[in-house]
Amino acid sequence: MIRFDNVSKTYPKQNRPALDNVSLEIEKGEFVFLVGSSGSGKSTFLRLCLREERPSTGEVHVLGKDLGKLSNWKVPHMRRQLGTVFQDFRLLPNKTVAQNVAFALEVIGKPKSAIGKVVPEVLDLVGLGGKEDRMPGELSGGEQQRVAIARAFVNRPMLLIADEPTGNLDPQNSVGIMKLLDRINRTGTTVLMATHDQAIVDQMRKRVIELDKGLLVRDQARGVYGYQH
Amino acid sequence: MRAQFVLSEIGVGLRRNLTMTIAVVVSVALSLALAGASLLVRDQVNSMKGYWYDKVEVSIYFCTKADARNSPQCDKGAATDQQIADIKTQLDKMDSVVQTSTFENSTEAYKHWKEMNPDNPLISVLGPDAIPQSWRVKLKDPTKYDVIQSAFAGKPGVKSVEDQRKILENLFGLLNGLQTAAFVIMVLMLFVALLLIVNTVRVSAFSRRRETGIMRLVGASNFYVQMPFIAEAAFSALLGAVMASGLLLGGHFFVQNWLAERVQFIHFIGLSSVLAVIPLLVVVGMGMAGIAAFFTLRKYLKV
Repeated sequence: MIRFDNVSKTYPKQNRPALDNVSLEIEKGEFVFLVGSSGSGKSTFLRLCLREERPSTGEVHVLGKDLGKLSNWKVPHMRRQLGTVFQDFRLLPNKTVAQNVAFALEVIGKPKSAIGKVVPEVLDLVGLGGKEDRMPGELSGGEQQRVAIARAFVNRPMLLIADEPTGNLDPQNSVGIMKLLDRINRTGTTVLMATHDQAIVDQMRKRVIELDKGLLVRDQARGVYGYQH
Repeated sequence: MRAQFVLSEIGVGLRRNLTMTIAVVVSVALSLALAGASLLVRDQVNSMKGYWYDKVEVSIYFCTKADARNSPQCDKGAATDQQIADIKTQLDKMDSVVQTSTFENSTEAYKHWKEMNPDNPLISVLGPDAIPQSWRVKLKDPTKYDVIQSAFAGKPGVKSVEDQRKILENLFGLLNGLQTAAFVIMVLMLFVALLLIVNTVRVSAFSRRRETGIMRLVGASNFYVQMPFIAEAAFSALLGAVMASGLLLGGHFFVQNWLAERVQFIHFIGLSSVLAVIPLLVVVGMGMAGIAAFFTLRKYLKV
């Protein structure tokens, strides 16, 4: 699903690489936590997976494609096969819940009939049935993140990438989101989640990948958050 | 791509940026109107050239009695019939250049001159003797005036060789100058219009960065992400082109109804020429705006 071969990424005008010779593989259907302090290279790792950056050296394979060699015009098609969720939800404040999810389908040219069918389905799945016509501003943080997850999942992607999805949420809402991600993972979707949330990582007991100053320092099946940071 | 989605995006974008949109529309309108005007002036000059050059002649004037006193080349007095006949013989030999040549004697010339200057106080003083006789030479190619000039200037009895084209060329020079001026202003206005379009697209891309960010995230094609911006710029340019066409048509009706009545010796180009320019303005305006928007987006809307 994701394979890094000796990947390094050095940003222009920076001495230390943001990611230093990282090699790892994430299999189909896995649930993986990506942990590390700020500046450890987590964001760079995710940006490389999304092909927002290209590696300086090494190869990044996502969904069977070598992203370093993927031409620009093929990138949108690649991104349709994965879902992304962020700490700040990234919803459109002037569209309703249902319109926010539908927007993701409209802009990739899905026919209106198909959109009308799958949007209520996915909103039910994330537990927002009955709230289709609410505006994002009227929802709690946890509910907003559910909308974002619905949008990411509506295309049934093989891979879901989440960048600190619980970072803005209280513990109770965080648990709800984690249960939802776990359920999505059980449908066969690979989940890669960057997080700072120690309680969640310790509780879930999934594979943990830890980065420190750009280096891969730990790759542990059924791991915990680790040392105090 | 669903048309309704794109159209609503364009509407929202244009309204959000109303002042900038107006600035773009007006500057595009002015630059396109000047471009059209400059094209039409060129058409006008060409049509006038075709019309007048058919009619212009080269005149070989002969010395009159009076010229003996004030023109050195006429110091032997009025031209003799023999000299006039010699010139004719020579003209007939130049049939590669000369189409026809007709003789105008003093009496005829005097009559023409009186007709064209009925109020001239000299009429009572001057007689036919004061007006030179001439060969009126019509050339196959009106630009070959030099051949006649070099062949006949300074011949015995010849006072001067004059090309009527020179008079017209002053007028054409003026019109060409106007055309150049319109063109220069058009280039400057076009530059302003381009900068405005670039800035409008930039502002528009910035104010919609949330939408475009999500679009990129969920894998909308570049075409889909960029299309609303390009369509917006092209639509503003279309409005500008429509305004420019209105200005040109207004100018045309002014010329047709007002100027044509007062300036009758010029044959003005018709409505069809104006209508022929309009599609060109629309295509150029929209194409230019679309391309400008496209290259702006390459900078401000990274994949």
